[in-house]
Amino acid sequence: MTATAAAPNFVDFQDVFLAYDGQKEFAVEDITLSIKPGEFVAIVGPSGCGKSTFMKLATGLKPPTKGTVIVEGAKVTGPLKIVGMAFQAPTLLPWRTTIDNVLLPLEIVEPHRSNFKRDRAKYVETARALLKTVGLEGYEDKFPWQLSGGMQQRASICRALVHKPKMLMLDEPFGALDAFTREELWCVLRDLWTEQRFTVILVTHDLREAVFLADTVYVMSKRPGRILAKREIELPRPRDLEVTYTDAFSGIVHEMRERIGMIRKTVAVAP
Amino acid sequence: MTHDQQMRMEKWAPWLLLTAILLVWQAICTIFKVSDFIFPSPYTIAQALVEYAKPIAHHAWQTFWTTMIGFAIGVVVGLSLGVAVGMSRFVYRGLYPLLVAFNAIPKVAFVPILVVWFGIGSVPAILTAFLISFFPIVVNVATGLATLAPELEDVLRSLGATKSDILFKVGLPRSLPFFFASLKVSITLAFVGTVVSETVASNDGIGYLMMSAGSSMKMPLVFAGLFVIGAMAMAMYEFFAVLERRMTGWAHRGAHAN
Repeated sequence: MTATAAAPNFVDFQDVFLAYDGQKEFAVEDITLSIKPGEFVAIVGPSGCGKSTFMKLATGLKPPTKGTVIVEGAKVTGPLKIVGMAFQAPTLLPWRTTIDNVLLPLEIVEPHRSNFKRDRAKYVETARALLKTVGLEGYEDKFPWQLSGGMQQRASICRALVHKPKMLMLDEPFGALDAFTREELWCVLRDLWTEQRFTVILVTHDLREAVFLADTVYVMSKRPGRILAKREIELPRPRDLEVTYTDAFSGIVHEMRERIGMIRKTVAVAP
Repeated sequence: MTHDQQMRMEKWAPWLLLTAILLVWQAICTIFKVSDFIFPSPYTIAQALVEYAKPIAHHAWQTFWTTMIGFAIGVVVGLSLGVAVGMSRFVYRGLYPLLVAFNAIPKVAFVPILVVWFGIGSVPAILTAFLISFFPIVVNVATGLATLAPELEDVLRSLGATKSDILFKVGLPRSLPFFFASLKVSITLAFVGTVVSETVASNDGIGYLMMSAGSSMKMPLVFAGLFVIGAMAMAMYEFFAVLERRMTGWAHRGAHAN
């Protein structure tokens, strides 16, 4: 396949396999999918299905064993620099204040890196504005350990977005939060995405989260991870939390739940 | 007892204990009439401290500065080796077992070799202090670097961070608490190294003073030497403990946080 054929897509996986060093069994198998610019994609599946491996492939942190990963029309050969990442653990640096944590990517990514000292005031302004949009105004100069888990996760998402990446990678970012905080942060993410329209790949095992946020949900099987199903979520936007209580929403969640249930059963019989 | 009072008690606890020990010690010596040649009482030790204040100060200064130089070399070498071991799996595999083996050798065994190479005096003392004090620093710095969260490394690498970016932005700051903790251990070990070397191969320093006082049966002076070493090591330990709290307060947040 030529690059021109893949042009309208932002991310393209073509028959991608990955086995970790020294392992015979593949962690993910035969992944073919494409993601459009600005698309919100969620990947769901049972734990240990290679969702995180998928993320490492898409960001170039791991090269595929077989197949090709194309991002922005170019084959991925090393870590991409257009990505923001956030994980289940906020991984903030405890010796930096919230604002300094958020500024960290700007100290590393070009061209900001070269301008950082000179334009520091401007960057601080940007970071403050971003923290304000996620409701962390007034906490800029606090240290991470002075914030609650939900606040730390907000700061972590700000850190992932401060350098205006084209792609945001989220690996179960809300997994460790309580239900109320989680739903609050869904809305924070929804608003950020609506405003800035970066491409999102959200790895999660929460079906409601996936259906509420995403345009497209992919279901992955247990190890070795394969894409088993693709489901477009046609619920109208902007979506409000109320949507999650409608029949249409429950219907989709239910349908996907059954598919995952089937995967689990087949695997349980297999060995 | 209020919280404040309790805090004040805790602060004075070591001094109270020390006073109690000295009192019991004095009582035993007085009641059983223990000879000063065998086990001098605190009072006679204090007398010796005053009587020999000048030579003690001279030898203490000698011990102090040789220890500090040896310790400083230990910090530089320990930090560099720690970074190398913590950053590279290859260096870790190759160097670490050798370091462990080296650390198991009693450092007093090196003194005769050092004397052959450098003669009697300050140099063997400095080198012994260095040899004994760098190992804990290596281990701690390497541990701090090696236990970096893989997710954090992914975040940085996906931003295009180089190895040195990761080291300076995250690795080193993160291992600072480990580093300062190891300084406290190392400084006391450095005193051990210096004094051990001085007792064998020097005409200066507290170690030499104790040896010569012992051979001329001035037991109170020997004990006075012990006191001076203990006091110096304790003072330096406290100094690094304060430095540690100043530099890495974020890692030692107590009850007042959260």
